[in-house]
Amino acid sequence: MRPPGGGSDPPAAALELHDVSKQYPGNPPVTALAGMSVRISHGEMVAVVGPSGSGKSTMLHIMGTLDAPTSGAVLIEGVDTSSLDDDALAAIRGRRVGFVFQRFFLLPGTSALDNVANGLLYTGIPRPQRREAAAASLERVGLGARAQHRPSELSGGEMQRVALARALVHEPAFILADEPTGNLDSAASKAIIDLLHSLHDEGRTIIVITHNREIASALPRELTVLDGRLTADTTGEAGTP
Amino acid sequence: MTATCNGPTGVGPSRLPLAEVVRVGLNSLATRKLRAALSALGIAIGIASVVSVLGLSESSRSDLIDKIDALGTNLLTVSPGTGFGAGDASLPETATGAIGRLPTVEATSAVYAVDAAVYRNSLVPANRTGAISVYATDTRLMATLNGSMAHGSFLSEATRDYPAAVVGAVAAERLGIRDLETPVRVWLGDRWVNVAGVLETFALAADLDRAVLIGDRAAEQYYDVDLEPAVIYIRVDRRFLDETRDLLPATIDAENPEEVEVSRPSDLLAAQAAAENSFTALFLGLGAVSLLVGAIGIANVMVIGVMERRGEIGLRRAIGATRAHIRRQFLTEALTLAAAGGIAGTLLGVAATYTYSAVHGWRAIIPPVAIGGGIAAAVVIGAVAGIYPAIRAARMPPTEALRSD
Repeated sequence: MRPPGGGSDPPAAALELHDVSKQYPGNPPVTALAGMSVRISHGEMVAVVGPSGSGKSTMLHIMGTLDAPTSGAVLIEGVDTSSLDDDALAAIRGRRVGFVFQRFFLLPGTSALDNVANGLLYTGIPRPQRREAAAASLERVGLGARAQHRPSELSGGEMQRVALARALVHEPAFILADEPTGNLDSAASKAIIDLLHSLHDEGRTIIVITHNREIASALPRELTVLDGRLTADTTGEAGTP
Repeated sequence: MTATCNGPTGVGPSRLPLAEVVRVGLNSLATRKLRAALSALGIAIGIASVVSVLGLSESSRSDLIDKIDALGTNLLTVSPGTGFGAGDASLPETATGAIGRLPTVEATSAVYAVDAAVYRNSLVPANRTGAISVYATDTRLMATLNGSMAHGSFLSEATRDYPAAVVGAVAAERLGIRDLETPVRVWLGDRWVNVAGVLETFALAADLDRAVLIGDRAAEQYYDVDLEPAVIYIRVDRRFLDETRDLLPATIDAENPEEVEVSRPSDLLAAQAAAENSFTALFLGLGAVSLLVGAIGIANVMVIGVMERRGEIGLRRAIGATRAHIRRQFLTEALTLAAAGGIAGTLLGVAATYTYSAVHGWRAIIPPVAIGGGIAAAVVIGAVAGIYPAIRAARMPPTEALRSD
């Protein structure tokens, strides 16, 4: 178990970006991130907002080590990822990062339970234990009864909850949720956001990328991204205990 | 391993044991059953054709070899020469006797042309002979040729003097003789002749299949017979086959040895076996082409799969899969498709071989190399067809694979 954040000072932040820049080659080169620094502690719940093309997605990819910055450093629980090779980054993702995507990315023809258990697939944990952990994780998102259902038998909101259970199953340092409600109707969206809040209340670290101002403003901390820069870092009332 | 890699990052490396790789691959295929089955089908057809071509050619060849062995490769036939300048060559009357005196000859027998035609009954018009020849022969013919009877018995000392006939397999069919359960007569020349027996087919003396044989003494008595042998059959001591063959022309006709033609009928069958081998090569070529098409089918399905499954690839990379894991998964899928096709194709090929052999009365033989080679070829094809799509899937950047739009 990770130490629940907020209380006694943690050994290192869950995630730190130090002066991170990202340029894509081209003529002229495209700057997606321009010197971004941010520190997210264990137990925080953070919204990242900004218009399309502001660099939100690039930021998410770099935070999750799916992409490497052109310059600057990304530290996950104090580990500098810039010196790591591709396999080591894969290992970090598999064990320390939980991803939730707008499009769920559940494997069709595979039960909810096994989709969640896949969150532990590349950790070397034997299958029975993976499924055991997956059952607990499904229980946590309120889908214990739907464990044997396939994605095609689930609603959009349920699919996103399965994806969330998959992101939780390996007890990551933080959860990166990229427009988690982008494909959902308002009722399902609310259920997902409520679930994220309750996970936060349990001490989990959650980063939600969204262009939905309403959702963002309900979160304790809000980072605003524009043209690859952090233009605002506000701690709202909800963040003050 | 875990301990050494735990150092700098604080987490162990990504791991996926082989059994899990296979499970993941099989699961992926199971969610696309129809597509998997269709792409495996291409390989199955290719392997089935290769296996059955090898099996059938082996079975038919072994059948021929069995036949040759049963009939013996030591049978020689002597007939009047037909070469340039041979003209109206004929074998001397003394030929049979001269041959019999050679120490390396084990048995000999001759047939003599009879100037008569044979009919089902006396009412058949004279010109409808059915192309059946009539020969006179002695009682040693069966022993010399290793022949056997379908019905009745061959000419014996008892029937040699009487108007009794033995009918060849094809001639029996043309004369409408099915069996000898009731006495059968044929109209031979100008008289009725009892049929004493019906012969089985002679593989080494096909001419006799279309002939009616009568005893030599009876022939002399009732018909107009050539005194010169039409064909002489000779069973030779195996060890001296070539020497005897060289000696025969001069032994038979010292004055005109070039008018004597000696042949070995088993050479014909051997040539037939060789000819079938060249057909085998042709069919194997066709099988190889269908394997190639099958391989392209698998590569095609895999390439399409990689494009369609970008999301899955991205997700797997996000939950900790290394490039090697992705590569192995796609390679496993291709190998599984090909191996399944290979196994199904081999079974199909074996079944086809057994069925076809049963229909032709052959002993079905599947060369072990066809089975081993068939499955091995399928796996190699799977590897070749899968390697490029697998590398492509592994190289796909996760950010591109996970793009939302």
